Amino acid sequence: MPVDDHTLAQVAMSRAEYERLLAMLDREPTEVELGMVGALWSEHCGYKHTRPLFHHFPTSGPRVLTEVGAENAGAIDLGDGWCAVFKMESHNHPSAIEPYEGAATGVGGILRDIFAMGMRPVALLDSLRFGPLDDAHNRHLFAGVVAGIGGYGNCIGVPTVGGEVQMDAAYSGNPLVNAMCVGVGRVEHLLSAAARGPGNLLVLVGADTGRDGIHGATFASVELDEDSAERRPAVQVGNPFMEKLLMEACVELAEHHGDWIEGLQDLGAAGLTSSAVESANRAGTGIDIDVARVPRRELHMTPYEVMLSESQERMLVIPKREHLEDVLALFRRWELHADVIGVVTDDRMATIRDGDEVVARIPIAVLSDPPQYDLEPARPAGLDARLSVDLTAFPDLAPEAATAALRDLLGSENLASRRWIFRQYDHQVQTNTVVAPGGDAAVIWLKGTDRGVAVASDCNGRLVGLDPRVGAQIAVAEAARNVVAVGGTPVAITDCLNFGNPERPEVAYELEQSILGLADACAALGTPVVSGNASLYNETPTGAVLPTPTVGMLGIVDEVRRALTIAPKDGDTLVLVGAEVPQSADTLAGSEYLARAHRTVAGRPHIDLDREARVQNFVREAHARWLLSAAHDCADGGLAVTVAESCIAAGLGLEPPEDGPPALGPRLDAALFGEAQSRFVVAVTEHQDLEGLRRLAGEYDVPLAVIGVATGDRFRLGPLDAPIETLRDASEGGLGRILAGSAADPDVARRA
Amino acid sequence: MRAAVLVFPGTWSDGDCVYALSCVGIESRRVWHRDATPFDADELVVLPGGFSYGDYLRCGAIARFSPVMDSVRRHAEAGGLVIGICNGFQILCEAGLLPGVLMRNDSLQFRCQPTHLVAAEHQSPFTRGIARNRVLEVPISHGEGNYFADEATLDALEAAGRVAFRYCDHAGNVTPEANPNGSLRNIAGVLSEGRNVLGMMPHPERTCDPLLGGEDGNAIWLSILSAVPLGGIMGA
Amino acid sequence: MPTFQARINVMLKPLVNDPQGLAVRDGLHTLGFEGVSTVRVGKRIEVTLEASDAAAAESAIRSMCEQLLANPVIEDFRFEVGEVVAG
Repeated sequence: MPVDDHTLAQVAMSRAEYERLLAMLDREPTEVELGMVGALWSEHCGYKHTRPLFHHFPTSGPRVLTEVGAENAGAIDLGDGWCAVFKMESHNHPSAIEPYEGAATGVGGILRDIFAMGMRPVALLDSLRFGPLDDAHNRHLFAGVVAGIGGYGNCIGVPTVGGEVQMDAAYSGNPLVNAMCVGVGRVEHLLSAAARGPGNLLVLVGADTGRDGIHGATFASVELDEDSAERRPAVQVGNPFMEKLLMEACVELAEHHGDWIEGLQDLGAAGLTSSAVESANRAGTGIDIDVARVPRRELHMTPYEVMLSESQERMLVIPKREHLEDVLALFRRWELHADVIGVVTDDRMATIRDGDEVVARIPIAVLSDPPQYDLEPARPAGLDARLSVDLTAFPDLAPEAATAALRDLLGSENLASRRWIFRQYDHQVQTNTVVAPGGDAAVIWLKGTDRGVAVASDCNGRLVGLDPRVGAQIAVAEAARNVVAVGGTPVAITDCLNFGNPERPEVAYELEQSILGLADACAALGTPVVSGNASLYNETPTGAVLPTPTVGMLGIVDEVRRALTIAPKDGDTLVLVGAEVPQSADTLAGSEYLARAHRTVAGRPHIDLDREARVQNFVREAHARWLLSAAHDCADGGLAVTVAESCIAAGLGLEPPEDGPPALGPRLDAALFGEAQSRFVVAVTEHQDLEGLRRLAGEYDVPLAVIGVATGDRFRLGPLDAPIETLRDASEGGLGRILAGSAADPDVARRA
Repeated sequence: MRAAVLVFPGTWSDGDCVYALSCVGIESRRVWHRDATPFDADELVVLPGGFSYGDYLRCGAIARFSPVMDSVRRHAEAGGLVIGICNGFQILCEAGLLPGVLMRNDSLQFRCQPTHLVAAEHQSPFTRGIARNRVLEVPISHGEGNYFADEATLDALEAAGRVAFRYCDHAGNVTPEANPNGSLRNIAGVLSEGRNVLGMMPHPERTCDPLLGGEDGNAIWLSILSAVPLGGIMGA
Repeated sequence: MPTFQARINVMLKPLVNDPQGLAVRDGLHTLGFEGVSTVRVGKRIEVTLEASDAAAAESAIRSMCEQLLANPVIEDFRFEVGEVVAG
């Protein structure tokens, strides 16, 4: 039967790809086979455009326990037999269609990746991007995504401890929802996702299978258009309650009965198809599944639908034959369905039957060998013009307007306090949260040890848009800085590559350069890439999203009781580390100040990775020598916003230092709001040794500048002068006011 | 003394409660909701926070029918100590062991934030050891913690000294601004008629160690310990 | 203008997963109602409004359902409209 274009479009396969399949099979595929191949060869599952670039990433290091791609998520040695696994994944397209359920099932999916490895999820982070919030639809997406993340995470009892949100017009209609999960456990409890041992049975656990999200994997690999809202079967409704039971059962299995099973694998994109085929591919085995044994939620489902359903909250377990009954009993004690649906074979084939009838029989090698495309990159038109805009031509900020500019920035949608968001997330459950959201990185205590795990995510899409390679370097550097600021040592990253259509040369350029930039910074900072995810085709009729290679950074805090926050204590001296206060207009490149004050996103972002490493090492050494009382990454919003955030967090003002206020130099706007990289603002208490810090800085060749003393209730820095309370109100009430679309904080108004 | 920490499908602060109790030297065992075996007379029964049965239909509505709830009822009737925290409070209300109901927060949003509490009476095992005028900082984490009962019930509760905790500001003033969820009369926790059953929305188990933001929550467990004569509450 | 009352039922579409319904079904099984095969949970909304006539009221209610009361991505709605006779 010749396959028509409509059928190929349904499985998002090109005619050339179909011809390739025919050549590999030497026959026409069955309907079920075509569906399976289409899903596994999709961008979402097959990484057709990105895999050829992955070799650039440094992937090994002394603490790396798993190879990239070998398992569901990367594993890191935390010492003393403990390990952490972490990964970030996108759920952009589903969230654009149905923000609550899209975001909720994104959280559910990343959680399964982690507990499939036998580790207990201990932290969730969410990296979000939306269009500007003055638009009602963007506000709807924002509120829905935040509610969905909370709805799932709060219910399942895993704390949501961090992430970031950035708004830019390029994300209007195509929000980015990247969910990250960290799990921890004993190294010996790490589970594999391989279907080893021919003769072992395949057990499907959890939710019944419905027609949810059929073609979800291919749906994520085509551009959003006006018909997208009509592709409704692709929307899934998550059940965090079921997932909680699954999580407890899987963690119990790993912690107490790891010897009962060969493998454990979650069902995500492309459902049973990818789950079974990937686990067989890892083990060099085959699978034989009878879809008639798959419990259904709906009547009259076809084998095609069963194999491609993306119903949530399901896991594939491969028990050792002699422990089948034990495994079934364990899941049933957690009140979960568990059914044998197939068997591991030694023929390296995926055989799918519906009762007696074989509906697919196709080599695993074919399914696991998606076409690979070399990018055809071309430098985007207009990029050089934006990079070479002369920022000195913009008039400097007048001193008398500086305080208003600070208030405006603190209350802006990109810089305002995220409290409105994280107070809707349970960030304390499991009682390990030592540093809560609102600072640089979150710190999670590893109970039973002195140690903690620091986690942060970062990516400034505007900087990546201006210079993809440098912007991606900055994303890694800033995420590492966030970890250093809480007293941690950056160890490894996961990445989530959010880009437009890679078949367009300018997107291909952004993708390739960004990957090179991530690789540069990971090599320079000693943080290998241990897991990753790509979401391409993030486009709407008005164009692609900003290139957004989100970085999730994991670090280790050796002495968790000494973790730092951004808040100084009364009387602490605040010190800028890594640069002098005066800055040139070049540092306004891509800054929030330039975007708000001059409606311009332009200039040449800059980072020196050697200097970055040196500054980070200096701050770590200073903390090791007990010289620091608090630390804050100095980045978005520049020096003034960073210092104000620290003071707001402490409920303290800022007074000039005894020997006079710092000189601000020739460009006030750059000194206060420029976003030069590789800087921290640290606090030093009175009994600590400021001179010692100066000496150490000399050894590391890192400049220092004293900014002021955190005390009182007035914030005074150069021409800036305001009660700290008004700055706090600007920052903490900012997001609520923007979302309410009115001048009053909805909370304050309601209480009044 | 010992504690029995109940686990319903969807409970998530069982581990947190076990840990917090261990910080004050109380050993505990976890009890799965299908296990209807009786509790020891001197056992503290803890219904922890979480989303039992996903909070579907109404918070606590399905969990109240779990087999273990018969044992909880018998334990409470015999004067044994029972504390329900957050979802545990909701279950105790649905089960009729405590009056009132927890409605959706007036903000219509989930809230995870610090709150300040004052003990509104000092005659129960849970509050006897808490100094008068002491303000406890204990966080909440819930979407449905807005305490509601009819006026007559509220008057009766207050008259009988059965309001255990109220939300207040950091100085101990019970103000509308300090009320995080719209609870009537700022009620954060209530007692049974016999004062041996406490339900509260804030999570004392989350403030059990300075590393986690304070140890004010321990005041409740320490009060229970100080109220219990050596050998258990029934031993004297 | 006459006053109408609309009684609106909002239900998840038949093919959409209903975790709440599943949990309630299992709860009913626990209580001994073994014969229960399916439970689906929806919302009932009552809206009182003034309109020139029943057709106008129905049209307004339909529009409210489409824009706000139901989520067309995952939910269906049904409603009936009756005139409220002042007593």
